[in-house]
Amino acid sequence: MSQGLTTADGMPLKQALAAAEARAKRRAFILVMPLLLFILLTFVAPIGQMLLRSVYNPSFSQSAPNLSVWFENNPAGTEPDEAAFEALVLDLQKMREEKSQGEAGTRVNYDYSGARSLFTSTARKADKLEPPYKEAMLEADDEWSNPGLWQAMRGASSAYTLNFYLAALDLGRDENGKIVSVDENRAVYIKLFGRTLFLSALITMTTLILGFPIAHLLATLPLRYSNLLMIFVLLPFWTSLLVRTTSWIVLLQSQGVVNDVMVASGIVSESGRLQMIYNQTGTIIAMTHILLPFTVLPLYSVMRPINPSYVRAARSLGATSWTAFRRIYLPQTIPGIGAGALLVFILAVGYYITPALVGGSDGQLISNLIAFHMQKSLNWSLAAALAALLLGGVLVLYWLYDRLVGIDNLKLG
Amino acid sequence: MALPKHASTLERIWHYVYLVICGLIFLFLIAPILIVIPLSFNAEPYFTFTQKMLSFDPTGFSMRWYDMLLTFGMAAPDAPRDSSWWSDVWNNAAWVNAAKNSVIIGFFATILAAALGTLAALGLSRPEMPYRRAIMAVLISPMIVPIIITATGLFFFYSKTGLAGSYVGIILAHATLGIPFVIITVTATLVGFDHSLTRASASLGANPSTTFRKITLPLILPGVISGGLFAFVTSFDEVVVVLFVAAHDQQTIPRQMWNGIREQISPAILAVATILVIISVLLLATMEILRRRSERLRGLSPG
Repeated sequence: MSQGLTTADGMPLKQALAAAEARAKRRAFILVMPLLLFILLTFVAPIGQMLLRSVYNPSFSQSAPNLSVWFENNPAGTEPDEAAFEALVLDLQKMREEKSQGEAGTRVNYDYSGARSLFTSTARKADKLEPPYKEAMLEADDEWSNPGLWQAMRGASSAYTLNFYLAALDLGRDENGKIVSVDENRAVYIKLFGRTLFLSALITMTTLILGFPIAHLLATLPLRYSNLLMIFVLLPFWTSLLVRTTSWIVLLQSQGVVNDVMVASGIVSESGRLQMIYNQTGTIIAMTHILLPFTVLPLYSVMRPINPSYVRAARSLGATSWTAFRRIYLPQTIPGIGAGALLVFILAVGYYITPALVGGSDGQLISNLIAFHMQKSLNWSLAAALAALLLGGVLVLYWLYDRLVGIDNLKLG
Repeated sequence: MALPKHASTLERIWHYVYLVICGLIFLFLIAPILIVIPLSFNAEPYFTFTQKMLSFDPTGFSMRWYDMLLTFGMAAPDAPRDSSWWSDVWNNAAWVNAAKNSVIIGFFATILAAALGTLAALGLSRPEMPYRRAIMAVLISPMIVPIIITATGLFFFYSKTGLAGSYVGIILAHATLGIPFVIITVTATLVGFDHSLTRASASLGANPSTTFRKITLPLILPGVISGGLFAFVTSFDEVVVVLFVAAHDQQTIPRQMWNGIREQISPAILAVATILVIISVLLLATMEILRRRSERLRGLSPG
């Protein structure tokens, strides 16, 4: 057969195989397609849109076209001249017409507090202002000569900006447009990122310290006992997050069960009741409890198949039980430790509900600040920038998790 | 882990210390969940055991907080408890309405997540699936991305598309959050799936849809159901997205609890918590039954 193998209908075998493989590929992909589209539409697209908002905010630039032109033609640090004030007055008149002075002022207010009221009050008089505009404006309110305000307006005059990221990193621009760090009592974000990382690391440590012994016990007990004890790990895992958080409030508050027991047993005096909730301690305790199953489950699944004869061999060769544990057993559990710790850390970094309910003021994490900017201060672009930074960090960790552990190996009970 | 005969005294002591430590950690895990149950029967509005409760005096216990779950929000809570009182409960009681909303949202979100997730898991576990790893990472990501980011994104997205304040919006969001669980459980079931069964079915003349209905689906059903349960629990316990995108009057159980904890925490919350703990015990039992059934179906040893 010199022309090679063919199928019954005369097609070369190689080609037929390739066609069949392509068909199988397509078939597999068609099964995944609906969900992929669904996730792209309801999850990826909304987050993408949010990320766009962190660099794009047209609320000032839209209603101040004249000023935007002036800022473009004059470099940062230029003293605002008569032309600049004329542009400002024209824009204020336009804002008054469109009733957009509040929105535009709010945008400038993010960088220069007091700007919102300045815009609304001056816009009210904008129609009556006569040239020379500079003097008229300064007469209306001498705040208008403040270089900080002009720098803030310059920053807001282009719709696309990285200023929200600067703000999220405790940086700002001075009068000449140079990037500088903001003064110490306004710098909150870096500190909060630091606290989030620190608390997450601490919680990861405590879950490992608490999770390792019980995972080991579960893995070495006969299955019928360990399946029973597993309920202690799985029941918290299945119980509502809000229920678990409520329970901790009940247990730890100053008139709560733990304090009552301690007072009754004389460990602390009636007046010395410990404050364990609505502060950092509360966040740490409650989050450790909530995230503990995420450490125990991967540890257990790694420890269960470990062959006990290795440790026995080490003992028979003269190792003490501590050495046998340290040199033989522990290294075999590293994959479980890594998987559990990484997962807990990823979940802890983005935690919101528990810190919001039991964290008080010093137990808040970065997620809580994002919620604050979304719901209270309404600085949505800053919230989006903070969220983007958090998301970036989480995605790096997620990528690491996928590389080291593999998402296929994620275990749920 | 029995202690060997040759263990030294120090090892014996350490062994018992170790068991005590483990006992304490198990206590740490379970105590917070069990403590709410007796406290929810407190006759006083306190969060600790009263003297009467500790001495098992029946007057120290009451069902008043459970009663409050029914009466809170009613038009006429003091009316005689006949059929019109119960219809008042059904229509007006705040917690009952929240429960209805939670169940409706959870039900549809679960159906959506289970259907789409199972289909995708079938595709993902085929060896010829292209870009398997990357697609899997995208599909699991709703579980990993911090919930506040998802909620923020949805808030902007829904306010533009008009889905804000609608049931459809919440159901779509909750389905998204539940999908990773379905994918994980169903792909785990498919790992042990014997593909010669489907080939045998095909060779006996069944078309792909018959094979799926008669062979594949019954075998992976335990995985689908447990994934669905995970998705339902996720939706039933989800509060942040609801806070961000739901309308003011769209209360769900977790949202109502959230408000209760933030504003004025009352033992009525503990009554809800007790009911939720009982539900999770039932779910856990169901999961265990499903797991055993799945192992039996796939011919694995029970364990």
